[in-house]
Amino acid sequence: MFDFGIITNWVHTQLTSLMPEALAIFLECVIIGICLLLLYVIIAIIMIYMERKVCAAFQCRLGPTRVGPWGSIQVICDVFKMLTKEIITIRHSDKMLYNLAPYIVIIASVTAFACIPISRGLEILDFNVGVLFFMAASSIGIIGILLAGWSSNSKFSLIGAMRSGAQMISYELSVGLSILTIVVLTDTMQFSEIVMRQADGWFIFKGHIPAIIAFIIYLIAGNAEVNRGPFDLPEAESELTAGYHTEYSGMHFGLFYVAEFVNLFIVSSIAATVFLGGWMPLHIPGLDGFNAVMDAIPGFIWFFAKAFFVVWLLMWIKWTFPRLRIDQILTLEWKYLVPIGLLNLLLMVIVVVFKLHF
Amino acid sequence: MNITLDLIVFAILAIFIVASAVLAVTTKRILRAATYLLFVLIGTAGIYFQLNYSFLGAVQLLVYAGGITVLYVFSILLTSSEGDQAEKLKRGKFIAGLAATLAALGICLFVMLKHKFMNQIFEHGELPVKEIGFSLMSAGKYGYVLPFEVISVLLLACIIGGILIARKR
Repeated sequence: MFDFGIITNWVHTQLTSLMPEALAIFLECVIIGICLLLLYVIIAIIMIYMERKVCAAFQCRLGPTRVGPWGSIQVICDVFKMLTKEIITIRHSDKMLYNLAPYIVIIASVTAFACIPISRGLEILDFNVGVLFFMAASSIGIIGILLAGWSSNSKFSLIGAMRSGAQMISYELSVGLSILTIVVLTDTMQFSEIVMRQADGWFIFKGHIPAIIAFIIYLIAGNAEVNRGPFDLPEAESELTAGYHTEYSGMHFGLFYVAEFVNLFIVSSIAATVFLGGWMPLHIPGLDGFNAVMDAIPGFIWFFAKAFFVVWLLMWIKWTFPRLRIDQILTLEWKYLVPIGLLNLLLMVIVVVFKLHF
Repeated sequence: MNITLDLIVFAILAIFIVASAVLAVTTKRILRAATYLLFVLIGTAGIYFQLNYSFLGAVQLLVYAGGITVLYVFSILLTSSEGDQAEKLKRGKFIAGLAATLAALGICLFVMLKHKFMNQIFEHGELPVKEIGFSLMSAGKYGYVLPFEVISVLLLACIIGGILIARKR
């Protein structure tokens, strides 16, 4: 597997030979920040295009076809449309919090995005408590949503924010429990280590029954945590007057929209990293020729293929099931998913203690 | 004293924390105060990350920024309406508060400047999670199993109390 650490180390040595170390580190941080934001935007554009095409396919339509080949420039036009729209100020609203809220959501999303290992040596934030940090970073977005609902000076936004906040806080628990199940199996919380341990088989195969249960719980809870799928109450504008972003317009709404799509990608790529091996190719112990062929495919292609596969699964769920009511959403979480998740954690502990895993 | 990158980052974080803390107590609107408190807590987490203690930083973000502040914001949302503003502070109260703040600042400065700090014995690099886990769960010297369990009992009691208050039938 090609190690991107070689390139980054080379850049670091080149820079330190030209200038003092402090300046070099500062410059590297700026470059990485720009790359991160660029990747964020590109992923957002790809996700929005994919959403429209996949949605169309599930509804037996064609989706965007007019602008560019297969409508591929449509999303870029949408971005320009969004950028040129007026940002309305709401009367009697708390202007500072109203303007701040989308940025809190997007900062939380970018921070969580930086935790994802894309390929070998291509990790930005790689703490040894990576999983914990990821959970922490993604939990800050809830505050942005609550502030957005409160500061718009509208009852519908406020109630929508309460709904989304309660939903996200609840489903965070199940996301944490199902990732914890895999942490029990790996005994590490570092994302790069988690990927490295899957060299001889992905965790969904190594952990067999508890890992598959955890994967399904993670998919449901992850879908709910990013306010999508059958749990997309903020998008129910015809029934519930949408949610926390009702009063937002222009690019402020665009930030919420982009954050939602990239959060979907983040949830999928964490699922791909934790359960499906991240950038690790498919290895079958014993078949050396097959493994060598699989190793020839670069890591980031594996990563993006798996991540977009999970995205596609989640989109399939979204366009198949009808929307749930808020009490049904909370019942599903607290009465079914959390107890099953806790029992599943116990099952995984038993499997690991008695060495029943592969 | 030479200026290093470490020092600059610390200065930025410190100014950020102090400014947000002052704003948190001077603002008139309660939800803005909660938001500034969030910034203070995030800045503190930043200092932990700067010290390379990522575990404490992540816990600070998860428990304080992501947990307690959300709880505050939720309860403010449920109880107060828009346009709620704090009433103007009386002169006596203001002076008493200022005096208490200055006294606390004086004590902190006195202790910090008088105290003879030990030489740095800490190694650079992240603390392994395993070590943290063992010390959280060990009953020996420097073990935290008793506080850990006491806090879990306290939290359980809080949950039961909350349910009891919420379901008055």
